[in-house]
Amino acid sequence: MKVFSFHGGIHPPENKKQSTRAEVRHLATPKTLVIPTQQHLGLAADPVVSVGEKVLKGQMIAEPVGRISASLHAPTSGTVTAIEELPVPHASGLTAECIVIESDGLDQWIDHQAIDYKSIERNELLHRIRQMGIAGMGGAGFPTDVKLNLSSDHIVTTLIINAAECEPYITADDMLMREHASEILEGVKIIQHLLKPIKTLIGIEDNKPNAIRALNEALANTDIDLDLVVVPTKYPSGGERQLIQLLTGVEVPSGKIPADIGIVMQNVGTAQALHRAINHGEPLIQRIVTVTGEAVEHPGNFWALIGTPFSDLLSAADLKPGAMHRLVMGGPMMGVAAETDAIPVIKTTNCLIAATESEMPEAPAAQPCIRCGMCEQACPAQLLPQQLYWFAKGKEFEKAKNHNLFDCIECGACAYVCPSSIPLVQFYRFAKSEIRAEALEQRKADHARERFEARQARLEREAIEKAERRKARAAEAAKAQAERKNQSSSESGNSDTAALKTAAAVARTKLKKAEVALKNAQDKGLDGVDTLQSTVEKLKQTATEAEQALKSSTTASTSNAAPSKSDPKADKPDLKALKQQVSIMRTKLKKAEAAEDKDLNEIKTLKARLEEATQAHTDADHALIELANNAGIDLKQLRIDVAMAKVAVTKAERMISKSDDEKEQETLKTELTSAKSKLAQLETQLKPYE
Amino acid sequence: MSSVAIAILVLAILAIIFGVILGFAAVRFKVDGDPIVDQIDALLPQTQCGQCGHPGCRPYAEGIASGEAINKCPPGGQTTIDQLAELLNVDSIPLDAEHGIEDVRKVAYIREDECIGCTKCIQACPVDAILGAAKLMHTVIVDECTGCDLCVEPCPVDCIDMLPVGTTTLNWKWPEPPQTNNLIATDRQTRVEEYPS
Repeated sequence: MKVFSFHGGIHPPENKKQSTRAEVRHLATPKTLVIPTQQHLGLAADPVVSVGEKVLKGQMIAEPVGRISASLHAPTSGTVTAIEELPVPHASGLTAECIVIESDGLDQWIDHQAIDYKSIERNELLHRIRQMGIAGMGGAGFPTDVKLNLSSDHIVTTLIINAAECEPYITADDMLMREHASEILEGVKIIQHLLKPIKTLIGIEDNKPNAIRALNEALANTDIDLDLVVVPTKYPSGGERQLIQLLTGVEVPSGKIPADIGIVMQNVGTAQALHRAINHGEPLIQRIVTVTGEAVEHPGNFWALIGTPFSDLLSAADLKPGAMHRLVMGGPMMGVAAETDAIPVIKTTNCLIAATESEMPEAPAAQPCIRCGMCEQACPAQLLPQQLYWFAKGKEFEKAKNHNLFDCIECGACAYVCPSSIPLVQFYRFAKSEIRAEALEQRKADHARERFEARQARLEREAIEKAERRKARAAEAAKAQAERKNQSSSESGNSDTAALKTAAAVARTKLKKAEVALKNAQDKGLDGVDTLQSTVEKLKQTATEAEQALKSSTTASTSNAAPSKSDPKADKPDLKALKQQVSIMRTKLKKAEAAEDKDLNEIKTLKARLEEATQAHTDADHALIELANNAGIDLKQLRIDVAMAKVAVTKAERMISKSDDEKEQETLKTELTSAKSKLAQLETQLKPYE
Repeated sequence: MSSVAIAILVLAILAIIFGVILGFAAVRFKVDGDPIVDQIDALLPQTQCGQCGHPGCRPYAEGIASGEAINKCPPGGQTTIDQLAELLNVDSIPLDAEHGIEDVRKVAYIREDECIGCTKCIQACPVDAILGAAKLMHTVIVDECTGCDLCVEPCPVDCIDMLPVGTTTLNWKWPEPPQTNNLIATDRQTRVEEYPS
């Protein structure tokens, strides 16, 4: 198997021998376990237990929130005593939400069982992995189910198992391979089952001969399609991108993830945890931690429960009192200093270095950059470290970004080789976090702008809607008022009659007075009798008019009231009477028009009444037609038929009177009788509708 | 004589051709709106606090575009002023204290026991970050709050506090490494008289 190479890299002292002399020891269950809810990028898990609750070993205590999140489980049985802010393994040294479990010393497992991963649905298996809280145990703690689910939108050609463990001091994976090689291979089988890669490679550095031997033995005992590739020892060959380059010769493009070029990488520790979770039903609650450094008497590896305080591990390795100068979480290259030994082990804690002062002295004061270019030679990402340093120092973050700052894996090789001891990685971390914070701020500002604009738009819309509603309301009110007016005027038909009555009475009284006055005047032979006479005439006319108006209005109101009677027979208007009324009206009108002293008012009222009568007649007619229609009779046709029959009768009679022939008369007579009978029949049919 | 005429003619023809090209380009590549306002608005912090005297960030951006001073935004602080100065190619000036001083990022917090549910703060919030209804307790959606202060004033029972946003492991930033003062290796921080003679 050809091994490629990557740019740069360094060969720091390995310091691995100290911790590989003894077998992996099991740590006694600590009295108190502290489990931080956030152990990786993405969202913190959400606690599902409450304070005071009893939990069993392996019971889920926090569930994942969102896609990139992993569940947490109780590492041992006991009681949840607190959910509070406590120091966590983080570069900041800050506190974060933790679940504290007081061990009851029983270490009692919750019911758990293995599942046959080959027989269940792919999604179910992924869900199971998520429920088991499996996360990458190599470095970032990335939730494994997310990485294994990538194949739905990526085609995975190569699966690489990372066994390189390139950082000095750390031997956790080495020891795991020596002791649990077959378990790792079982875990790899599960990953292969999910991703279905074309080939699977294990990359391991040549400084772990025992692990290589153990793996080879395990490989000989299982049927698994897998190639063990031994790569030369060089830091940082265990970096994801570097190992991919070593094994495949392919470089992962900037800003892309390995899955984009069909490669997925998993750590050996993750593979073993996966095996335990699926084939034994045990969630990820423990891991191997290397405890080393000159300040401990017996360096070595320990199976430690997640949540074990560092102090327990240090005392298990026999910490020399007063010798520890610094406590480092992780390796010497990429690890961060821990401020207290109360910090707990999390899923990604692979190593603790209790260093003496001589082992890890304070960094010497940084000297100026002499532009020697050694950092560039060492950079495994082929960046320009000194250029990035200048940009970070001058806070020219935009330029640093353009020089691919985010491709930096923070391996520390540049700082290691720097003859001026410049803390280069610290500058890059500073620049990166500044850029990230700025981007976050920008995103927040954009979000706020969006919300602000949305609110403005909403307020505007509301104002417009309000105005429209007001307009609609006003229009409605106006309409209602108009309607009320109409109603009152129609209702005032009665009051009109009353008014007319009064008017008639007044007119009468006036007339009487005038007549009395006229009589007096005539009796006394006074002047102005003519005028009085004409006044009386006028008053007489007014009085008659008033009387007439009153009469007509009363008849109108009674005729108006008539159709409202609900008697079905009364519903049938008297068509003949109405017809008569119409003809009377017409004659009256004609007379009025023909009269010499035309009274325009009278003509007008007559015209109106005629119109009214005609209207009533047509209405009645229509009503009759409808009524007939309801009974299934076409009234119009019936009328026409009746008329035809009448014509036929008269015709027959005329024919009889004209005819001389007796025989002919006989036939005509029979015809006449039949026509008459038909007419009678039709008339009876028509009668109810007249 | 004729050579002069030819020269004039050639230049005239060239002038016409270029004129046509420029005229076409002016129509074809016409830029709608005032992009500088958008650019300025993008730099402003969008707290919509109104401390600059405008009813929001965009109006201030429009104000800056028409010549207003760039140092009236306390939430943005010196960073924003510097960015604006760079964008507009003017000299950076210190923040105008008249409009407020730069402060740590804060978010509003309603003491929920004391809230009477008057909805006044909801109406004041420019980004709809307060949740609640009449006569029901209100609360601030911390992630949406821009820390503009506008809800504090209308509260009749003074139950709104502006609390600084704490540092957590999520928003923690790596500190800036100590700067080396000496620019060149021989630039020792020692006085001349200290040198051995």
